[in-house]
Amino acid sequence: VTTPLLAIGPSRVDIDALVSAVGNAGGADGAVVTFLGLVRNHNQGRRVLYLEYEAFELLGVKTFERIADEVVRRWPDTRIALHHRTGRLDIGEASVAIVAASAHRSNAYAACRYTIERVKQIAPVWKREFFDGGDVWIEGATADPDDEAARTQAERVACA
Amino acid sequence: MRVTVRLFARLRDIAGTSELPREVAPGATIAAVWRELAGEYPDLAPYERSISSAVNADYARMDHELREGDEVAFLPPVSGG
Repeated sequence: VTTPLLAIGPSRVDIDALVSAVGNAGGADGAVVTFLGLVRNHNQGRRVLYLEYEAFELLGVKTFERIADEVVRRWPDTRIALHHRTGRLDIGEASVAIVAASAHRSNAYAACRYTIERVKQIAPVWKREFFDGGDVWIEGATADPDDEAARTQAERVACA
Repeated sequence: MRVTVRLFARLRDIAGTSELPREVAPGATIAAVWRELAGEYPDLAPYERSISSAVNADYARMDHELREGDEVAFLPPVSGG
């Protein structure tokens, strides 16, 4: 089974499969940086029991393609893989996995950080938090892929 | 003309459904569809300035004119990651 580079869905994220899918550019890569986002047992003073993720999957994959294009335009020798999970996730499970590969570590680190910042800005994904005493939809950024100020901010964070 | 509205996350909870078939005037904008919807479900109204929209699974602006059969999606602020 081939692992796609960009995906959203209910299957468990498999970071090793994702690293293999990215490959090593026929030997030209010198660095691979990986990121796993985990479900945390606390948020804003609440004890979190579990999360439910919902996504607009078709738009989500297109958005991931856009982020991957942004990465390669900004860091030409660099590419990413990105999986986001949906459905119920228990504490400690991975909701998102990112792999960034590049000739040099500085670009791989920057691309990985940039990718998670952009996911949080523009990926059509929502988490519903179930905590001790209730549940709440978490609402963060208004998604606007053409907001250049937001994109620049993600780049600034990535290169800090 | 007929369009299909899709709602996600809390917007879906407010309307009680993820998909609504709507009859709208030819050339209606996304904004016009939203206003009608918010009239019907007043709890949607506070989202006016924070929603994003998409047509046929591509992000689109609120002044985008819809065509027969389009699928228009309304997205509350996102929280992936």
